[in-house]
Amino acid sequence: MLRLEKRPQPSAFWTYATPVVAVILTMVLGGILFWFLGKPPVTAIKTIFWDPLFGDFAFYYRPELLKKAAPLILIAIGLSFGFRAGIWNIGAEGQYIMGAIFGASVALAFYPMEARWLIFPLMIAAGIAGGVIWAMIPALLRVYFKTNEILVSLMLVYVADVLIKAFSVGLLRNPDGNGFPGSRNLKQYPSAANLDLWTDTGIHWGVVTAVFAVVVAYVFFARHQFGFNVRLAGQSPRAAAFAGVNPNRLVLVCMALSGGLAGVAGMFEVAGPSGQILGSFPAFYGFTAIIVAFLGRLHPVGILLAGLLMALTYIGGDAAQSAMNLPSAAIQMFQGMLLFSLLSVDVLTNYRIRLTTAKVA
Amino acid sequence: MDINPVFLLAAVIVASTPILLAAIGELVVERSGVLNLGVEGMMITGAVCGYIAGHQSGSALVGFAGAAAGGAAVAALFGLLTLGLLTNQVATGLALTLFGVGLAAMAGQGYVAPNPVSVPKLPIPGLSDIPALGHIFFNHDGMVYLSIALVVAVWWFLERSRGGLILRAIGENHEAAHALGYNVRRVRFAAILFGGACAGLGGAYISLVRVPQWIDNITAGAGWIALAIVVFAGWKPWRLVAGAYLFGGVTALQLNIQASGLAIPVEYLSMSPYIATIIVLAALSGGRAPGSLGKIFHASR
Repeated sequence: MLRLEKRPQPSAFWTYATPVVAVILTMVLGGILFWFLGKPPVTAIKTIFWDPLFGDFAFYYRPELLKKAAPLILIAIGLSFGFRAGIWNIGAEGQYIMGAIFGASVALAFYPMEARWLIFPLMIAAGIAGGVIWAMIPALLRVYFKTNEILVSLMLVYVADVLIKAFSVGLLRNPDGNGFPGSRNLKQYPSAANLDLWTDTGIHWGVVTAVFAVVVAYVFFARHQFGFNVRLAGQSPRAAAFAGVNPNRLVLVCMALSGGLAGVAGMFEVAGPSGQILGSFPAFYGFTAIIVAFLGRLHPVGILLAGLLMALTYIGGDAAQSAMNLPSAAIQMFQGMLLFSLLSVDVLTNYRIRLTTAKVA
Repeated sequence: MDINPVFLLAAVIVASTPILLAAIGELVVERSGVLNLGVEGMMITGAVCGYIAGHQSGSALVGFAGAAAGGAAVAALFGLLTLGLLTNQVATGLALTLFGVGLAAMAGQGYVAPNPVSVPKLPIPGLSDIPALGHIFFNHDGMVYLSIALVVAVWWFLERSRGGLILRAIGENHEAAHALGYNVRRVRFAAILFGGACAGLGGAYISLVRVPQWIDNITAGAGWIALAIVVFAGWKPWRLVAGAYLFGGVTALQLNIQASGLAIPVEYLSMSPYIATIIVLAALSGGRAPGSLGKIFHASR
């Protein structure tokens, strides 16, 4: 009989090996799924994971990869603080949308004034503020009313979704848009546009900020008292309390961090790759970032790599949709499977599998 | 157009039924000490399974049976991971939701229904002739009655039966229950399957009765509201009914106000069920969660 035996320490080898094993496992399971759908499995996996990087059209896909990875990494870095401390902000998608609405509103308020030195920084501040405000609702409710932050933050995703749809046809609609839904395109407004810093590299301010966030988070976790407190609170709330960590302040700070980063990610997205406040703006990044955070083992460098990989599944998924007529939902399911296999393989990190012969206990 | 209170209250019951079904299943799961955040994923899987099974066969009964089976199947996946491979329940539940939403969208995409399905009303003889009250309470389809019957059955099981006592003991303290010789994993797995089947039925009620057609993301957060109601109800079956009908009431009322053309923008009405959930959660959530809720059980020696 197979039996699980708890390791005294998490295995160092498996800590690094499990994400790799999980990705391979997902490719195999995904291949079986595609085969089941009547698609050639090997071609499907190659279209998703290989062609965007090394295929004939890689020159087009590679910049896209950075654009898609930036919001995922930004949001996931923010979430990793809360997740390590046992604070479950599941509503990053809502904070991301609110950041976009706040950021775009600032830009649209100044339109058509040209003053990039003023408007762009203000937009960044507004994006952060939008995300933080949206994240403070569940945080304050948890601190003062002991309300479950998972449910509240999630309910607010639906509210934010309704809001952006309403604004795109109401308050923020382009007055010169011939009645079409959607705001003015910020990409055509030089003071607000978040374009590639170097043409066709895909590197915009959001990408720069994401790399910066990874470095700062790394320093925080490795060298700073705050990072230590977060880890301590997650592993042993009692020990953290004795060490003088204020649990309420930790909730507020962690939620503000994740909300702010999600908000700024939304602002960079609406000013750049997306360009508009539109009903179709929400792209599920806030939820995918949860997978990124776990796949990256809540470690900044891991999140960087996991963000790039998940961005690849987005782009490869798009490519597979047009090339192989795969349904768009397949990629979402694929991402769910990735999280499933990651969590399952993780058992090897904390437990040893022992073969035992049945005997009377 | 005026709002007719009799039709409104009857609509409240219809709007509440999917949430009530999903919530009563999750209540049993949580009382056994497992936090399954994948209700939304199980519901939408049930919705698509029920829709396809129902329309392939032309029978509502087959549809609901298929929905229960589909919900239980994805719940079994959750059970295998959390109980067998000892994964984090919060993360696994989220994965289940992502997976279920994707699976349902994929299965439902481009599906053309060959047969119509109708879920007949079953007026209760005698009682349904009572003026007003008869139409509100006793002129519904079988699933509405089933949802109430399930609440009664779950109450009886948890509070009055030996099996319920064991389940609650496991939920309160799985180490102690294990030491007494109860099979923690088997009981929990059964509870998870029951929760999945109930969520599946709730989902199918949306796709076969409330909407009734297939649209992407059809459950639109009903699973999460069901989770919230379990917390609101303090893990007690009777309060669950009050909670579910309260939220059904907000949903039905806002739809009626939309239809009546009052000067409130549609957007603000359609976000009202979510806002109401937050307010009620903050103001009223009472009760104590089962002691072992969400904790990983590993029988070490």
